[in-house]
Amino acid sequence: MSDRLDVLPIYVDGASPLIAGLVERLERSFGLAPRVRSPWFDAETGFDPSRGQYNSTVLLQLLLRDPTSDPAARVLGVTSVDLFIPVLTYVFGEAQVEGRAAVVSSFRLRSEAYGLPRDERLLAERLEKEAVHELGHTFGLVHCHDPGCVMHAATYVEEIDLRPVTFCERCLLVVRRAGIRAR
Amino acid sequence: MADKQAGVLIVDDEFSVRDSLDGWFRRDGLRTGTAKDATEALALLRDASWDVVLLDIKMPGMDGLELQRKIHDIDPELVVIMITAYASVDSAVKALKQGAFDYITKPIDPDELSHLVRKGLEQRRLRTENLQLRNKIDELSRMDRIVGESPPMLKVLELVGSVAATDATVLIRGESGTGKELIAQAIHAQSRRRYFPIVPVNCGALPESLLESELFGHERGAFTGAQYRRKGKLEMADGGTLFLDEVGTIGLKTQVDLLRALETKEFARLGGTTPIKVDFRVICATNQMLEKLVEEGTFREDLYYRINVFTIHLPPLRERREDIPLLAQHFLHKYALQMNRPFESIAPEAMNLLVRYPWPGNVRELANAIERALVIGRPPAVRLPDLPVHLSRDEAPPAGESLAEIEKAHVEQVLRDSDWNITRAAKRLGIDRVTLYNKIKKYELVKPA
Repeated sequence: MSDRLDVLPIYVDGASPLIAGLVERLERSFGLAPRVRSPWFDAETGFDPSRGQYNSTVLLQLLLRDPTSDPAARVLGVTSVDLFIPVLTYVFGEAQVEGRAAVVSSFRLRSEAYGLPRDERLLAERLEKEAVHELGHTFGLVHCHDPGCVMHAATYVEEIDLRPVTFCERCLLVVRRAGIRAR
Repeated sequence: MADKQAGVLIVDDEFSVRDSLDGWFRRDGLRTGTAKDATEALALLRDASWDVVLLDIKMPGMDGLELQRKIHDIDPELVVIMITAYASVDSAVKALKQGAFDYITKPIDPDELSHLVRKGLEQRRLRTENLQLRNKIDELSRMDRIVGESPPMLKVLELVGSVAATDATVLIRGESGTGKELIAQAIHAQSRRRYFPIVPVNCGALPESLLESELFGHERGAFTGAQYRRKGKLEMADGGTLFLDEVGTIGLKTQVDLLRALETKEFARLGGTTPIKVDFRVICATNQMLEKLVEEGTFREDLYYRINVFTIHLPPLRERREDIPLLAQHFLHKYALQMNRPFESIAPEAMNLLVRYPWPGNVRELANAIERALVIGRPPAVRLPDLPVHLSRDEAPPAGESLAEIEKAHVEQVLRDSDWNITRAAKRLGIDRVTLYNKIKKYELVKPA
């Protein structure tokens, strides 16, 4: 697979500082030059009215089938809506293991979701960690036992705060084997 | 589970549930399998090994509860987590009663799911470890540590086998050194209490006041020096076996308390009033004539009857001489291994002496003699001079009283001690070699094969 990455903002302004910041950080983390473009699909397909949330698996399928998508590029959906997978109450994101699509949501990464004051810097940091984590899955990585690795599993937002944005040595090796100049 | 990829089997009739849980666990680095119904699940359970099964309660055909029962029959140690909708929490409770590990309601909170599966895997690991340890104990208890093939010993082993399965009180009688504690351990190891401890108390080694606190424990401040509360041996033996060695030496006051504790399985610590309930089996051992002690009034008759339910008499070693070569070889190998000394055998003349010696200290004395021989002797064989000198002295006196008979026995003994080395034997006897040859001829002495 190529080292190209398409970033598709879903219900997020593509020109927002959040997306600009993420692109810059992904460039730094992976040595990739992500391309930001608008999705051609209707993300409402993934909305589940009974839950008031978006099905992340459906969003992944939409990302893969996007007619403008480069079939050789990885594709990362970034959304502000709340995501779920059918059996779980929510997810921060979802990705195909050794696939090419990943999606992350900023909905539960916002401090406001926990009754705390808005913190844009913290949100950008958490979003970057989640994006790197989900993209890590597309490189074939599974959850890492090392708490000092971005691939360490996180089910609480506090756990995202605890883990770094970088890979442990073992996981880094896997990403580099894919020809990516990750750090 | 770190060395092997743990396996999670997901059984749910809804594709989306199977699919999303499958992806969730795969991202967690777990091996996954999915089944849409009981038939598929049972096939997967037959074909691969799993650690945790996530099982939907409501499924068409065989439902989750029935499948759980079948899973339990296949592998009782498998961790089953039921998935249920809020409406069927009652069924989940039923599943828990049937042995399910836990249940989780749909939609599942990711925190809860990760936590539950981690807990489930940990339980599976502990159960497997526990099973391995139990098997190890079984293996160790099967190991034949009691050596003996003589008819009296075979009878003892038969008795051990038949009484072990019961919970009856056993009284082991036998001279000092016959291996009474070993027999007690064998009974315990073959009993259903083997996963609990066997707690030995040497009643003869302690003065009465100490023995009392050793048996019953004490509360803080029960007597001078009792700074802490201490559990007694009776409490420590809970679930297992209490082995009272030298039971005939217990003082009359302690006998009263012990009898009450044995009868009611309830007692209080010294200085305490709270009754403590215990469940243990009692095995006693003695080398004394308890009947005589009862007659003399130093051993309570009621306690005597309480402990004398099933008696095993351990024969002294001199009454099972045919076991001596076997025992000697057993100790030779045991100590050679312990001391890392390459001993392999016992020279025939040394063995001859071992078999003839009366062994007043029984098996313990034999073990000590072999241990000593391995320390002072030269490998690979234990020879006559390596054995303790008193063994030859305590040997049965030669038959007959005439000077000729005594001379014959003495010459024979010296020849044996010198490994039939004529020069050495002649030197020890203070005669020349020709004279010794003449005496060998005269008394028709033959060098053992």
